[in-house]
Amino acid sequence: MAEPSSTRRRSGRPFSVRHLPGFTLVAAACFVMLYAPIVTLVTYSFNGGESIALWEGFSLRWYVSAWANEAVQEATVRSLVVAVLASGIATALATMAALGTTRTGPFPGRMVIYALINQPLMVPEIVTAVALLIFFAMIKIATGYTGLAYLVLAHAAFCVPFAYLPIRARLEGMDLSYETAAADLYATPWRTFRYVTLPLMTPGIVAGAMLAFVISLDDVVITEFVKSAGQDTLPTYMLGQLRRMVTPEVNAISTALLALTVLLLTVFFALTRKRG
Amino acid sequence: MVRPTSALSSGEITARRTIVRRYWLLCLPALVLLVFAASGPLLIVLAYSFLEPAEYSGVVWSLSGEGWFKVILNRDIFDDTISLADAHMTIFWRSAKLSVLTTLLTLAIGFPTAYFIATRPKTHRQYWLFLITIPFWTNLLIRTYAIMEVIRNEGILNSSLMSLGLIGAPLQILYTDTAVLIGMVYVYLPLMVLPLYAAMERLDFRLVEAGYDLYATRFQVLRRVIVPLVKPGIIAGSILVFIPSLGAYVTPRVLGGGKNMMIGNLIELQFGEGRNWPLGAALSIGLLVTVMAALVFYVRNEQAER
Repeated sequence: MAEPSSTRRRSGRPFSVRHLPGFTLVAAACFVMLYAPIVTLVTYSFNGGESIALWEGFSLRWYVSAWANEAVQEATVRSLVVAVLASGIATALATMAALGTTRTGPFPGRMVIYALINQPLMVPEIVTAVALLIFFAMIKIATGYTGLAYLVLAHAAFCVPFAYLPIRARLEGMDLSYETAAADLYATPWRTFRYVTLPLMTPGIVAGAMLAFVISLDDVVITEFVKSAGQDTLPTYMLGQLRRMVTPEVNAISTALLALTVLLLTVFFALTRKRG
Repeated sequence: MVRPTSALSSGEITARRTIVRRYWLLCLPALVLLVFAASGPLLIVLAYSFLEPAEYSGVVWSLSGEGWFKVILNRDIFDDTISLADAHMTIFWRSAKLSVLTTLLTLAIGFPTAYFIATRPKTHRQYWLFLITIPFWTNLLIRTYAIMEVIRNEGILNSSLMSLGLIGAPLQILYTDTAVLIGMVYVYLPLMVLPLYAAMERLDFRLVEAGYDLYATRFQVLRRVIVPLVKPGIIAGSILVFIPSLGAYVTPRVLGGGKNMMIGNLIELQFGEGRNWPLGAALSIGLLVTVMAALVFYVRNEQAER
């Protein structure tokens, strides 16, 4: 089968059906393009000088100054509180919804449920942000409450599909026969769930929770519209900073967030790969 | 997953139906949250687009088509003559142009990249893929800021071009349409590579080999064998890039510097300084409908693939 190919050799290299000229070069350029800006950003977070363009020696001063900055501290705590609460709520609801959509046969209205759950992935963020701004403004006027609950609920809602998808994928890969066996052995539905289904689906739940957490931690647009005065999260604080003179402090905050994201993603991939 | 109904006894069917009914209830809390904090508010936006703007912000509860009218038309405040809203047209045109260019550029870069990954040995592919996935999950604002640093006047792009002697003075890229385009290509590139890769991974290279056996050139094989086979991936990637590009808000705001607005920024303006909530609501619904139309096309494409 390889005979005709080898006779069509043009250069010194053997003819490969998979090779296309120039493609490797573009791919290499693509990887450089993806990482060069991030590497630059991380590098300048260690700059000793005030500039984000002129290198003045290695220093950790911007990490120290970010750490000491009260606005940054507050925004970090707020980001984490919102992300923990929102991803917790989203994961609990997504777990229930994933059980409800995979542990049964097809039923009418399933498409509506899918559409609703995945809606945050389809509607442009700016439209959802504006909708929540209007809706929450009404509630704020009616109740007078301006606390963090609005942010938590908004984040929880758009985190649901991100938590739902890995949990559902895990459940779909699990054979129903385990649960049937438990039921045959006179386990009650609750005990079946507690001792069979739940342990089996745990990696999916953890993976879903992590994605939800990352998504909540990264959100800018919806937070920017929903937050009340003085409720900056880390990303909206940074967005505000970009309007002013930018110092490497922003790089330091970005680098810390980046490191957290990469860490969580690595764990996520380790968890989901075991499945295969 | 489910046995054919004919294999079940009538008692089993009743039991199963009860279970189905009970399981449906498990979706309820998620649905309540999503209706409360995602779908429901969209209906309020729709309603607001037909109301009258209040003087400072918010709306007056009386029916009016003015919000929709102002999307494309302008009424002169002195003599009531009606003209096309040029400022809006410029922004729509920029949004459409930049979104299409972003899609084409990400395709031009993403296609060879996805092909490169798909032709690596099986055990290596996941690591290359992980390299694409990391930027995909990294904060959009951080990536936009990273690009901003690269293209600013003192940034590494200008300083390396100048040290190479290609340009005498720094190019003003930041706060132009080009900056927004570069930024969107950068942030949405992974959205193109991932679906393209999914399609190319399944590419049957025996068909490619057959093409060469029949004396096709590399270009002919690419155009007549590979591209038709991965077309669903091309369409999926293009739509996945086009949709967020059209609704982009952060990238044009940071890199366009306020004057190079896209639809997303125009919407925000109506809820801020513009103080015209009905117009902002009408623009939002317009954007939503456009995106939904693109999504319907996407779903059709996915179904046709199966």
